[in-house]
Amino acid sequence: MHLGVSESMRECEYSQISTRSSTPMETPYKKRTPKKRKWESFPGRNKFFCDGRIMMAKQTGVFYLTLVLILLTCGLFFTFDCPFLALQLTPVIPVIGGVLFIFVLGTLLRTSFSDPGVLPRASPDEAADLERQIDVANGSTGYRPPPRTKEIVINGQTVKLKYCFTCKIFRPPRASHCSLCDNCVERFDHHCPWVGNCVGRRNYRFFYMFIVSLSFLTIFIFAFVITHIILRSHRSGFLNALKDSPVVVCFFSVWSIVGLSGFHTYLISSNQTTNEDIKGSWSSKKGKDNYNPYSHGNIFANCCAALCGPLPPSLIDRRGFIQSDTPQLAPPTNGITMYGATQSQQSHMCDQDQCIQSTKFVLQAATTPLLQQHSSEPVILTASHENGGTLPGRASLVLGGPCTSLPLGQPTPPTSTSSLSCHEPADMLPIHGHSHGLQEPVAHHHYLTPEEVPSPPGMLPCGSPMGHNHTIQAGFYDPASQDSLHEDSVRGLVKLSSV
Amino acid sequence: MNMGNALYLPTCLCDPPQFHNLQELRHSASLANKVFIQRDYSEGTTCRFQTKFPSELESRIEKTLFEDTVKTLNNYYAEAEKIGGQSYLEGCLACTTAYLIFLCMETRYEKVLKKIAKYIQEQNEKIYAPRGLLITDPIERGMRVIEISIYEDRSSSGSSSGSSSVSSSTAR
Repeated sequence: MHLGVSESMRECEYSQISTRSSTPMETPYKKRTPKKRKWESFPGRNKFFCDGRIMMAKQTGVFYLTLVLILLTCGLFFTFDCPFLALQLTPVIPVIGGVLFIFVLGTLLRTSFSDPGVLPRASPDEAADLERQIDVANGSTGYRPPPRTKEIVINGQTVKLKYCFTCKIFRPPRASHCSLCDNCVERFDHHCPWVGNCVGRRNYRFFYMFIVSLSFLTIFIFAFVITHIILRSHRSGFLNALKDSPVVVCFFSVWSIVGLSGFHTYLISSNQTTNEDIKGSWSSKKGKDNYNPYSHGNIFANCCAALCGPLPPSLIDRRGFIQSDTPQLAPPTNGITMYGATQSQQSHMCDQDQCIQSTKFVLQAATTPLLQQHSSEPVILTASHENGGTLPGRASLVLGGPCTSLPLGQPTPPTSTSSLSCHEPADMLPIHGHSHGLQEPVAHHHYLTPEEVPSPPGMLPCGSPMGHNHTIQAGFYDPASQDSLHEDSVRGLVKLSSV
Repeated sequence: MNMGNALYLPTCLCDPPQFHNLQELRHSASLANKVFIQRDYSEGTTCRFQTKFPSELESRIEKTLFEDTVKTLNNYYAEAEKIGGQSYLEGCLACTTAYLIFLCMETRYEKVLKKIAKYIQEQNEKIYAPRGLLITDPIERGMRVIEISIYEDRSSSGSSSGSSSVSSSTAR
């Protein structure tokens, strides 16, 4: 036992020496890993191209289909119809067609490639602070997880802000979590598979310009193809003429695209999102006093605001470099705050790399109210032994109990938020069924899925010296004296499992 | 514990907690707490922060100074998001040039964000760092919160951790 203690202490002494002798703390860390850009470790399900300049959803198959359809139709039009029409009528026709075509492509690419207004996920400190506030607000309501909503009043209307379990933030009004991209998006309209991206605050105007210009383009092509057929049929007969031009492709798309443009024109003029319209959030049917608090009053103002308003910058800074040395707070709240100061010491005392890893993991785990948080306890608790805290081993032994019961606790977030979260996928399906004719498989991601939660095996490498210490420490303590702290930690764990 | 104290000798300057500039703050102090000023949505989705004075800062900074900072930031954001003549002009110009104009010119929003960054830097240097506080630009937190970090001089945090180690050893 003694050997174990002195070994661990010696280990720490060795680490101390290495820290002192090394020059600025960041350089060894930086030398080992090349600078990464933020998009490379983006937590959402997005694809990035051109070193972070282009951002799209994960499934882009339908986007390529859209591109092919547009290029094919226009290509056929320019090849077969334009020469005839330019000669017979006027050469302005292909010019206008060309301008429209370029505009359509430009707006399509802009919609597909830009950031729709993704909200970055909360930093661990922020998430911990929010959790603390929620706990304070709710008191100890037992093991049932509290429904996480906040009510605010906007321009006289009561609006409920929902808490996003994935992003760990209270969503701003009109924001929604896209389950396909796994991001919260500001002023979320819908996820458009045809465009291969979400449509939100930053790219809604491009999306609108795309569908409006596409309507004009399809009507234009359709009209002139009919003209071509009519002119030709005067000469060589109707069926011959028909075989020379690509009418059919245009025909079906015209109605759906024109319909969609009309729908979005209505949405813009009333300053609503597709989401809100589907849910009927601001319809007068819900109540006499129900009105849209975001509307500017008249159609013209609403249109101008949506189309000519200022373009906000991207909040996710895809091409920025990851800062590896941001200071983070010592961790968690419930019943284990006394280890907070020792936690910050730990990061100074031990080998930089390991400590940064384990500290960050602990902070991450501290904000994740699940099983893994408890397996991280040994890291915090044993570190404090260097300051004379010999209690951890006993507390860590206790973890065996609550840990096994946690898997049962895990499903509770979904049940509490199911009423909140099932709207979004339900919203998207009618849109797809109605205007795009496509059914997307939708998955709920409002609770932590196994891949999101940090896994225990992952932390073992960085926590291994600590883990090693803790097993040695196990039998070393006087049980009687540990009881108060044991109680504290159990209470903390129980509280954590109730979240 | 000797070990704990020995570690702190090289790094601890044993100075009274006075931070005269940001560099000192970052190198000689340790992070004690963070306060988050949340968004105020009472006027819609435009960017505004709550001006309520958080209790953790009561001992650190005067209420008026804090409120001034937040109100100025709110004004800057309102200016950035204002929908008026200039923004329409910019929007229409951008549309006619297929948004290529932004390759050479930056949007009004970006210009205001730069002003905000400068303002925050100035506030940190003049007002907050001397009091052991540091404001993080909201843009780095997704415009959700104004994060104010509360620093303590390492000598004082060393003594506080020393006291916690004493309490844990007495608990033994």
